[in-house]
Amino acid sequence: MDGFVAIYIFMLAAFTGYEVISRVPVILHTPLMSGSNFVHGVVLVGGMIALGQAETPLQQAIGFVAVLLGAANAAGGYVVTERMLAMFKSKEKK
Amino acid sequence: MAIKWLIDASYFVAAILFILGLKGMSSPVSARKGIIWAGVGMVLATVVTFLTPGMGNYLLMIIAIALGGALAWVSGKKVAMTDMPQMVALFNGMGGGSAAAIAAVEFARGEMHGVVVTLLATLGALIGAVSFSGSVVAWAKLQGVMKSAFRLPAQNAVNIVLALATVGLGVAIVIAPQIDPMLVGAFFVLALILGMVITLPIGGADMPVVISLFNAFTGLAVGFEGFVMGIPALIIAGIVVGAAGTLLTQLMAKAMNRPISNILFVPMAAAGGGEAVEGEQKEVGAMDAAALMRYASKVIIVPGYGMAVAGAQHKVWEMTEMLEEAGVEVVFAIHPVAGRMPGHMNVLLAEAGVPYEKIFDLEEINGDFAQADVALVIGANDVVNPSARTDKSSPIFGMPILNADLAQNVIVVKRGKGTGYSGIENALFYKENTRLLYGSAQQAIGEVIQHVKAMSV
Repeated sequence: MDGFVAIYIFMLAAFTGYEVISRVPVILHTPLMSGSNFVHGVVLVGGMIALGQAETPLQQAIGFVAVLLGAANAAGGYVVTERMLAMFKSKEKK
Repeated sequence: MAIKWLIDASYFVAAILFILGLKGMSSPVSARKGIIWAGVGMVLATVVTFLTPGMGNYLLMIIAIALGGALAWVSGKKVAMTDMPQMVALFNGMGGGSAAAIAAVEFARGEMHGVVVTLLATLGALIGAVSFSGSVVAWAKLQGVMKSAFRLPAQNAVNIVLALATVGLGVAIVIAPQIDPMLVGAFFVLALILGMVITLPIGGADMPVVISLFNAFTGLAVGFEGFVMGIPALIIAGIVVGAAGTLLTQLMAKAMNRPISNILFVPMAAAGGGEAVEGEQKEVGAMDAAALMRYASKVIIVPGYGMAVAGAQHKVWEMTEMLEEAGVEVVFAIHPVAGRMPGHMNVLLAEAGVPYEKIFDLEEINGDFAQADVALVIGANDVVNPSARTDKSSPIFGMPILNADLAQNVIVVKRGKGTGYSGIENALFYKENTRLLYGSAQQAIGEVIQHVKAMSV
């Protein structure tokens, strides 16, 4: 990837992250932290590609760990966030 | 070619879904939709990755996904709401570990070209490894596996030497013409130790800020490794989380009036004890406490982690409903750092069924304490300590607090006479208008409910 394009992506993504969270009520801080924790679970995709390209047993072993941890981050992050947010919904129905 | 286009387009859609998801999560109304959108993005990104040309090891990949995903799914479903912060810490640490492992694979393959790529891979590896071992320590502390504060002699010096050594090795890796496996191995070991050593001396009260900081770290690590692997979706998701997490960390640190550097380098216990408090603690029985609240016109409840640990939030809500039936106005006042993380207490109260409109922030409610007949403090301590306003030598001086001491009467539900979590003496407990109701929150509120019931007949 072109170096400068990547820097633009870095910059714009940083502003986006800052903007998206700047008007969040305190009551959503914990769910939101959990939600952002889920979003960086996309590291799973990187782990899959790293494992997919691994050749030696050492590379395969480390790649396996990368996918395992990434999958745990994504799955666990989703369940935990969903459970917290589900409580906001059940309350609105009342 | 068509497959490559499909993959790139899917990553793009996933990135949009992640940002929209986070945006959705920033309002209570759309929060649930938000996490579902982000979830769809995640599934999409994962599925199309299988189509990437030139990959092997599919069996290993599927086993790893199934194993990691299933274990995390089940433990995430089972964990109690009060234990949520450490669970988030643990999952976050795994993401950091994954980013570090990706860097390790890339180092082992030795096909990285250019200083910038190697530099970012090394940075991502460092941050990811620190986030991994640090988060695991944070989890162990909050879970009670590890005793809370553990200080090495000359802690700060050790931190600095370790950090410099790790960064030095990282620089050596970046400038070396070829990847040296020994160097890389030593670098990872040092980075993992660094994460542990940084986190060990940090006290429980500061842990939310640290977890949030590590969350931002993992985001950055993921973003950097995304650059190394050439996947824009990783860069965007990682950096968005890095920026959002940094802001969130600042908000939390500000709420505690503790600069992040202080939290990392000057643990609270070492900051000195503050003035001794004079006077005596006056006890009150459950019946008198019930009468005070039953015949009040306005009661403000200040819940703390002690209430959550005792699992008393349902009882507290039951009492609230009973008082309201008797015509008392009851609201909840939540300090930004009540519970273990900002917003944690709101989640716990929501679980017990307390409606959103009854819960107020520090700024919204602080003016109302003077008009309240009773402030009922349940399992909270530092967040209502008036020393934070008056005593310059107190370690928590300057921290914004809930002005519970300004209410006509203050009732504090407390397990015993100790100083509690942070070890700081609380001047509120000795005030003229304060009464202490001893007992676990569960049992004390239960008794109050019995007496309120008796008075309503």
